Amino acid sequence: MFGELSELYQEVILDHSRQPRNFRVLDGANHQAQGANPLCGDQLTLYVDLAGEVVRDISFKGAGCAIAKASASLMTTSLKGKTRAEARALAARFRELVLAGKSDFSNSDKLAAFAGVHKFPARVKCAMLAWRTLEAALTESPERVSTE
Amino acid sequence: MNRLVEKPSRKWSALRADFPVLRQKVHGHPLVYFDNAATSQKPRMVIDALRHYYEHDNSNVHRGIHELSNRATAAYEGARSRVAQFIHAREPAEIVFTRGTTEGINLVAHSWGTEHLKPGDRILLTQMEHHSNLVPWQLLAQRTGAQLLYLPITGRDGLLDLSQLDSYLTQGTKVLAMTHISNTLGTVNPVAEICGRARELGVTTLIDAAQSAGHLCLDVQAIGCDFLAFSGHKLCGPTGIGVLYGRRERLEAMPPYQTGGDMIASVDYDHSTWNQLPHKFEAGTPHIAGAIGLHAAMDYLDAIGRNDIFKHDQELAGYAYDRLSSMKGIQVLGPSTGRAGLVSFLMESVHAHDLVTVADQFGLALRGGHHCNQPLMKLLGIEATARASFYFYNTKVEVDRLVDVLGEIRKLFGS
Ligand SMILES: Cc1ncc(COP(=O)(O)O)c(C=O)c1O
Repeated sequence: MFGELSELYQEVILDHSRQPRNFRVLDGANHQAQGANPLCGDQLTLYVDLAGEVVRDISFKGAGCAIAKASASLMTTSLKGKTRAEARALAARFRELVLAGKSDFSNSDKLAAFAGVHKFPARVKCAMLAWRTLEAALTESPERVSTE
Repeated sequence: MNRLVEKPSRKWSALRADFPVLRQKVHGHPLVYFDNAATSQKPRMVIDALRHYYEHDNSNVHRGIHELSNRATAAYEGARSRVAQFIHAREPAEIVFTRGTTEGINLVAHSWGTEHLKPGDRILLTQMEHHSNLVPWQLLAQRTGAQLLYLPITGRDGLLDLSQLDSYLTQGTKVLAMTHISNTLGTVNPVAEICGRARELGVTTLIDAAQSAGHLCLDVQAIGCDFLAFSGHKLCGPTGIGVLYGRRERLEAMPPYQTGGDMIASVDYDHSTWNQLPHKFEAGTPHIAGAIGLHAAMDYLDAIGRNDIFKHDQELAGYAYDRLSSMKGIQVLGPSTGRAGLVSFLMESVHAHDLVTVADQFGLALRGGHHCNQPLMKLLGIEATARASFYFYNTKVEVDRLVDVLGEIRKLFGS
């Protein structure tokens, strides 16, 4: 494969899109939010089990493109055990990464795989969908999130 | 599939030279432009007509008494006559210039609809309508208390279920608005037959000709519709200009849509009277250059021949349908024969947006998504499709390229 395309569809992303992790309904979830990209038809539901300020468990269900699915999958694997504040800080760093390509993620951090997205402006919203939904799920009155 | 014999292939690829935009590489590959259902490219002749107008004749219409205004008015009204001839309207007064298909439909839904519908009346659409021939009617139904109905399609082969036509056209149905060619399925609907039946039953008809006007010979009298709308930009013309055809009796019985300059006969502080057709429906300074560019586009298309264009479209679509549906894991939507120049398809376990992103890196411009057909997609249980839509400057070699690239995409996503 070549150039920018292989930067976008990194092996980690392809892997997580084919076999998304934490892809299930979370029965014990006490926070939940829905996100959608209406123009794409992507939609996901995020389930969070917050124990006090700590993310005890997190999962998602839904349908979308490889970038949206992989982003949601890697987000859930990155957030378990984090506090609400840490989760928000990570979301802010991720946003910088996919919008501007500015990465302070170490190479061993799987989220760094999304660095190529900023070269594909039309796909930024795919990568952001799960993270924007997270913001809604972490607030007290979750609403439906639309990124368009 | 009846294939067209020999003749055109050389002619068609020669036409590419008329389109400056086609002479470029995208991401290092020759551009294959397969998004013609969204908008077509513009030939040199149309670009030159716009330029000539702005460099020589630019002025406002219907107002000035000076030379440039006379020229601009003559060119603008000349374009209107040309449209009348292009679609076989009885007279230029039946041609209203709009911004495009969407505005034409909104005009009818507002002006005709608000005046003629009452609670309990029925508005008939089909299950394959573009949002622009659906939402204006939805709002009209809300405003008037009328009820919306959809003539069903038979399934993924995308044909209208005409056996139910009569029951949908009776019992209080006042208007039928439907597309000529589906931008998602590629279905060509038998509009003359359907409008004929509607007319017998006293139902007013509107045809959305966005996908057909630049691809086949349109004859509004043969179709027998009351209204027909299309966009210039899908037939080699500029964006921002479109056409609403309306039968004179209908247009005359309608109140104005927008109001302001040009559409009035007289204005007093407390009362105004309306200008005659078609000016009653053209408030404000129109898109003069757009109409002139559209005129050039119609001349260009007719020099090629719309019957030949449609044959070429159908041949390419048939070829693409055959090649794509023989690929493993690809499902093509819409009718297997007689389709218009586009194919919408699904690739197993690859989302349309990933497919279109990768195709773009190979220089292929496709479209992915719901194509402004969300209810249809939900009906078919699909999130999104990829679509390749053709025009006369596309070739079989380009379709072969699409097939090769789809093979690469399959490899990349490893399924
Ligand atoms: C069937 C159909 N109707 C209506 C439209 C709307 O055309 P426009 O956006 O030019 O008003 C389109 C264009 O996408 C179409 O394909």
